[in-house]
Amino acid sequence: MNRLGSVVVFGLLLGLWWVASHGGWISKVFLPTPEATWASLEEGLRGDLAGFTLATTGRMLQGWLLASLVGVALGALIGISPAARAWLLPTLEFVRPLPASALLPLAIALLGLSAGMVLAVVAFGAMWPVLLATVHGFAAVDPRLQEVSRCLQLSRTAFVFKLGLPNALPDILAGMRLSLTVSLIVSVVGEMIASQPGLGQAILLAARAFRASELFAGIVLLGLIGFLSNTLLSFTERRLLRWQSP
Amino acid sequence: MRWLERLRPWVFPAVLLAIAEVVLRQRASDALAPPSAALKSFVGLVADGSLLQATAFTLGSAALGLLVATLLGVSIGVLLGLSRRAAAWSELSVEMLRPVPSVALIPLAMLVFGFGLRMEVAVVAFAAFWPMLLLTQAAVRQVDPRLLEVSRVLELGPWDRALKIVLPACVPRLFVALRLGVAIALVVAVTVEIAANPNGMGYAMMIAQQSLDPAQMLAWLGWIGVVGFAVNAGALALQQRVARRMGAAP
Repeated sequence: MNRLGSVVVFGLLLGLWWVASHGGWISKVFLPTPEATWASLEEGLRGDLAGFTLATTGRMLQGWLLASLVGVALGALIGISPAARAWLLPTLEFVRPLPASALLPLAIALLGLSAGMVLAVVAFGAMWPVLLATVHGFAAVDPRLQEVSRCLQLSRTAFVFKLGLPNALPDILAGMRLSLTVSLIVSVVGEMIASQPGLGQAILLAARAFRASELFAGIVLLGLIGFLSNTLLSFTERRLLRWQSP
Repeated sequence: MRWLERLRPWVFPAVLLAIAEVVLRQRASDALAPPSAALKSFVGLVADGSLLQATAFTLGSAALGLLVATLLGVSIGVLLGLSRRAAAWSELSVEMLRPVPSVALIPLAMLVFGFGLRMEVAVVAFAAFWPMLLLTQAAVRQVDPRLLEVSRVLELGPWDRALKIVLPACVPRLFVALRLGVAIALVVAVTVEIAANPNGMGYAMMIAQQSLDPAQMLAWLGWIGVVGFAVNAGALALQQRVARRMGAAP
């Protein structure tokens, strides 16, 4: 019943869109009809749009994987030593609220308008949530577990892999989820500014040429990328964390 | 030893800046400038008023967007939190619309509003709306059921129930949502300026880069960092203060 209602409400929203665009409530320059959007989507997926979607998805995933690897590695290095935490954490917390896109001008100055530049900014911006989550996860290892590891004379590496990382895993996964969202956003902004092929550039050009139906098709695809990646990740998260719940 | 503890957070950034100063003094480039040059450029920006103007634009549009997002998010969130059916029925729509990255709306907002304040407010409002909605909904769900029973015994109408019982009961949690909203609003505002809108701090930074003035670009980058840190710290302090006043655990 609720499932059905949910579909009905979504259908009503689409209907409202249909009425608003056909009835001329909102100019067609801004709001294309659902059919026109669908037609653009279909046509685009046989043409350029499919390649753009793949490019944006690839950029997002590459940046995200890079960010996750570097974030976990750096986070483990900093997190394992209380001294490193005390000296470095304030600086890291200061950089955290900095918008990742604010680094784009700096990266353009250093690396030029290239695909590598966009990827670097995506990875750098998406690294913070993972890095800080790993550091906090390591800091929160139960003191008694630390005593156990000392009694067992575990080496530092063994401590990292047997206690630290498993303990930090829920935090890391939550951070990775946030950083996936950041990756998509920074990828799109980077494509807009650096004119790299992808959905970000496609929707900006569509808007400049007043081709609203192509703009909407691009927005729909970006929404789909966000939706699918988020769903996949939360599914993985539940599987990986199954050992936690009794 | 106390003053040493106080000093510790500053050591690492100070060392980094000192290294940058020494290295960049020796080889000047179009891409980077030593920190001292950035500081000098910053003083210039303060003196000619462009710093104040750009900061006011960015913070103003972030605040306006957040206001719109809060009004919409809290009112719809209360509705969805109180009625299980409304929540279940709108679930698909929320799940389909929420993952649309806010920056995807920049070209659309540009088309509808042109450049300026309104497009930035619209994108910020869209980005901050979803967390406000979901966190308000969760906050309302966690209102003590006994309070809702009280409202039933008093035979309050739905309007009174929302305004007199539910909203006051979830104020501390709403401020947690607001803190998150503040962080998102500021990031999105700067992003919109960097990507499209020719106003504010983000645009000033882009222009400094394009006119090959690395000192000024770094001055803006540092200032954006300081503003972001200060605004987030302020929001956190506000949230903790409200939590203490309302007697909830922080």
